[in-house]
Amino acid sequence: MSTANSYRVAPAILPAAGGIRGVLSDAFWRKPKLLLILMLLPPVLWLGVVYIGSLFALLLQSFFSIDEFSGLINREFTLKTYGDLLQAANLDIILRTVTMAAAVTLASIAVAFPIAYYAARYARGRWKALFYLAVMLPLWSSYLVKVYAWKLILAKEGILTWVLAKLNLLWLLDAWLSLPIVGGNSLSVSFTGTFIVFVYVWLPFMILPMQAALERVPGNLVEASSDLGASPRQTFWNVLLPLALPGIVAGSIFTFSLTLGDYIIPQIIGTSRLFIGQAVYSQQGTAGNIPLAAAFAVVPIVIMGLYLWMAKRMGAFDAI
Amino acid sequence: MTSAVSFQKVSRHFGKVKAVDAVDLDVAPGEFFAMLGPSGSGKTTCLRLIAGFEQPTAGSISIFGERAEGVPPYRRNVNTVFQDYALFPHLNILDNVAYGLMVKGIGKAERHKAAEEALALVRLPGFGGRRPSQLSGGQRQRVALARALVNQPKVLLLDEPLGALDLKLRENMQEELKALQKALGITFIFVTHDQGEALSMADRVAVFNDGKIMQVGTPQDIYERPSTRFVADFVGSSNVLPPDFVQRYSGQHRWGSLRPEAIRVGKATRGDGVSARLVSANYLGATTRLALDADGLRLHAVVPAGTKLPEEGEALVLTFNRDQLHLMDEAG
Amino acid sequence: MRSDRSQKSPLGLKIAAGLGLVFLHAPILLIFVYAFTTEEKSYQWPPPGLTTQWFAVTWNRPDVWEALSLSVRVAAISTAIAIVLGTLCAAAVSRSKFFGRETISLLVILPIALPGIITGIALRSAFALTEIPFSFWTIILGHATFCVVVVYNNAVARFRRTSGSMIEASMDLGADGFQTFRHVVLPNIATALLAGGMLAFALSFDEVIVTTFTAGQQQTLPIWMLEELIRPRQRPVTNVVAMVVVLVTLLPILLAYYLTRDGDQIAGSGK
Repeated sequence: MSTANSYRVAPAILPAAGGIRGVLSDAFWRKPKLLLILMLLPPVLWLGVVYIGSLFALLLQSFFSIDEFSGLINREFTLKTYGDLLQAANLDIILRTVTMAAAVTLASIAVAFPIAYYAARYARGRWKALFYLAVMLPLWSSYLVKVYAWKLILAKEGILTWVLAKLNLLWLLDAWLSLPIVGGNSLSVSFTGTFIVFVYVWLPFMILPMQAALERVPGNLVEASSDLGASPRQTFWNVLLPLALPGIVAGSIFTFSLTLGDYIIPQIIGTSRLFIGQAVYSQQGTAGNIPLAAAFAVVPIVIMGLYLWMAKRMGAFDAI
Repeated sequence: MTSAVSFQKVSRHFGKVKAVDAVDLDVAPGEFFAMLGPSGSGKTTCLRLIAGFEQPTAGSISIFGERAEGVPPYRRNVNTVFQDYALFPHLNILDNVAYGLMVKGIGKAERHKAAEEALALVRLPGFGGRRPSQLSGGQRQRVALARALVNQPKVLLLDEPLGALDLKLRENMQEELKALQKALGITFIFVTHDQGEALSMADRVAVFNDGKIMQVGTPQDIYERPSTRFVADFVGSSNVLPPDFVQRYSGQHRWGSLRPEAIRVGKATRGDGVSARLVSANYLGATTRLALDADGLRLHAVVPAGTKLPEEGEALVLTFNRDQLHLMDEAG
Repeated sequence: MRSDRSQKSPLGLKIAAGLGLVFLHAPILLIFVYAFTTEEKSYQWPPPGLTTQWFAVTWNRPDVWEALSLSVRVAAISTAIAIVLGTLCAAAVSRSKFFGRETISLLVILPIALPGIITGIALRSAFALTEIPFSFWTIILGHATFCVVVVYNNAVARFRRTSGSMIEASMDLGADGFQTFRHVVLPNIATALLAGGMLAFALSFDEVIVTTFTAGQQQTLPIWMLEELIRPRQRPVTNVVAMVVVLVTLLPILLAYYLTRDGDQIAGSGK
């Protein structure tokens, strides 16, 4: 090389570059821990102070109580608010929410499975990408718009009634709406409506982990099962479902948790009977009872804590 | 003369693991030096100590007489060809090669010219506009080489440089690397687990085992006069002979080694020698490798292809010149 | 699931999967039709007639513009904060194994793992206890917190794919830490950061649950929509806004997908 000679006399060890940059660069290289700490400091401070701090504030608030006469918050440690939480009306709310969350989770599993299974086992190349986008786009598109779309669909004068009328099936809808609990004046003010919208909105959260779990199942396992004489039904229950289970559990964490904490869907499409999220919202808002709202908010945390603990024991976290 | 690289009692311990343990080493300027050993023997850690990616836990390292401990890699005039080549996927080949000059602040025209020259040197002229992903394994390897050489390092380190290449390509590259090193006169230190590669390319070889250097010497030294059982066994799969056997022929109660090609195989009827039986024969192309059983001692011999082979189980007599029996340092 | 034989899928499965996808997409498409309806007072289907007049009406509504402007500003600043914090955290976690690494990952994921209402009421409690008045910045505080995870997920996936020897190669060639970051690390993670930023923007732009607890009297676009949903005042305007929101969130998501499609997937667990 032409410039060889000019380099030949170069030292083996170059002198330290001066200036702040040189000094800092050498220091970070010598003490990688220092750099690590500097990198971690801002996010940990932010999340630690803003988020964990807030969660503590929440927990703290739940041990305060409200003065029933003045409506002011009494900042003294008490379990009175948790006592209030255990009133029958409040227990009703909790039970109703947990039942809904469970029902939504089961329905999501049923609807998600064919999509996830098809995408994981049969879709190839361009189709696979398309399937992925087809799940991602509804997942990321606006939550409120999705809820709004269902308000349009479920309205008495809306498209669902119109379709059923064209099919001469209105009697079916009326029969369903006349049922106790799940029925109501119209779908948009019934638990059925709330349920449908919940399933719709959280469905992508079930499909993605389920698909991820199914992707890891070798396809020949299914063939092996049918080679061994298992019927499709047996193959499903004995081979596919157990293998997809970690993904299902991972997805159910989302559907369960999101349903527990939502207050907008039941408010817009549903009855006047409250869910946990609505209770939290109305207690802190109109009622001004932040301690009770905080105590209510602790309920989903505890339920989800239990749920996560169980999911972890089933090995669900590998699938997220 | 100052050594290109010198280790004095250098150790690198990772917790309880002694990756490198009190190693002394001197590499002369302009030398083609090989570090040979099985994986986990400490050879790669030694290379990383020279490059500056690792720091010794004890001992001192100097490069051309200058102390290197505590000096970051970017201040060492030493460059590395990585095992996975580590080309930058976001840069084209020309900018990959010019990278070292770019960070030194050399202008675009000048560094691109130098990079073109370096690419020509590794016989990839005109490849500058391509992306690393568009090149074959052998071509990437050459780019990695050019990227290191363009900086005119005092020492070039090569980490298993030919490991990922197929046999034919590997043989070509061995010759090319050797020629390149001769032409440039730069000190090359390369790490390999392939003894054939080390013997054919290097001026001197250091054999590593368990974080220590077993033996340093020319390929002939290492091959013909291994100093320990490990070296004899690892380099060229020599016959390792136990002290009792050696004593019968040399009078000394020490471990010995005997190259397979030094053993002559004859019919049991004639002359005295070591009586043995044939266990199996492995056809290797140019030669055939015989596994023999001499009274419980397993020996290997190599005979040229075309030799009439004895039957399996046939009684044979093995002979060899006594001066080819090499005595090792280890006593019995 | 991998199957190296190309098989025909059972018809039943095909239909079930197809119906599932229709279920996912039809409601969103319906929004596009309603944006053109002439019907003002109800959600009547089929629309009695089609018109584009509501686009003009919406265009001239200052409250919509104010809400949109607030949402964009909040999303932009939250995204910027999330990119910095998420990248730092991802870099630290993928650089080295250190004590408490798992805890850090958990800390980042927690704000989306717990229901939004908990994040909301927790922030609200904290503001109440520390007597911080609601403002633009209280919204940001909440949004940036749950946006970090999106950037973090994308960046971690990319760092995992970036070979560690590339950084060593850069230093070996004479680049110090800053040069290595500028010339090697940044170009290699840039698209992942951009994708993470896009998703964070979409997430913040759309967020309503946490925002109701941290916004006070201000209206972001989702809060404006929520008001309309609870107490409809002018349904056609809501229809148009809904359609625009779908389009505005669609673009960054598609872009994020194309930026990361070879290899790492967009963090699906993103809300």
